[in-house]
Amino acid sequence: MHDNCYEAVEQLYFYLDGELTYERRVVIAMHLADCPPCGDAFDFESELRLVIAQRCRERVPEGLRARVYEALRKLEDPAPPAE
Amino acid sequence: MTFVADQATFADQAMEHMGGLYTAALRMTRNPSDAEDLVQETYLKAYRGFGGFQEGTNLKAWLYRILTNTFINSYRSKKRRPEETELEDLENLYMYRRLAGAEGATAGRSAEDEVLDHITESEVKEAIEALPEQFRMAVLLGDVEGFSYKEIAEILDIPIGTVMSRLHRGRKALQKRLYEFGRQRGLVPEGSPHA
Repeated sequence: MHDNCYEAVEQLYFYLDGELTYERRVVIAMHLADCPPCGDAFDFESELRLVIAQRCRERVPEGLRARVYEALRKLEDPAPPAE
Repeated sequence: MTFVADQATFADQAMEHMGGLYTAALRMTRNPSDAEDLVQETYLKAYRGFGGFQEGTNLKAWLYRILTNTFINSYRSKKRRPEETELEDLENLYMYRRLAGAEGATAGRSAEDEVLDHITESEVKEAIEALPEQFRMAVLLGDVEGFSYKEIAEILDIPIGTVMSRLHRGRKALQKRLYEFGRQRGLVPEGSPHA
């Protein structure tokens, strides 16, 4: 592994998270374009992240939305005292 | 019964986040009934605070802050103290280094593609839920909800350096577990280096 590869991999998460300065981002992007092994590795990491984000979604359970609306409505408009 | 204006504004803006909030709540509590209660409590607290909420600030981040605080203060302490577990710092590219160059179980496909295609929802959920709590929260907020380091720092009320360390370590631990699932299911060819 070259120094540039080492540096790119060290910055992997900062790069994928969009947390690098523009200058550093460009340096990494140029390296990835020049170095297929690093490019493939970064692509894999980025796809894996999508897979993780997409495959742990839950549907809102039946009734929860209505239950929350009802609870909010009661906050604003408390029930009148029982007769 | 009609909503008054303020309530309607709140409902319009906040309700669209319910799917994400419920997902996070379920991964945190690991229990559907607690997750529903946690979401409802979050909305009630958020509604009560909505008057003081500044227009233009990040409503989504604010809702997640209420969710995580409520979880930490009420739901977690009900059971047990959080494990202040440390995670070993695994190497970068944990999964990729073990898969790259290997043939997948299906002829003509790479092991990387095979694994990406075949990781199941229940494996991802199980792997996330297996993370120690502070790492799990960072991964949920960063990778599932897409918050920035700065937003996560504000939501969890921890320094940015801590966010980075928890998120990066948590991700690698998650990869390790997903890789183990792949091995158990034969998606990773025999002869690949073991962890």
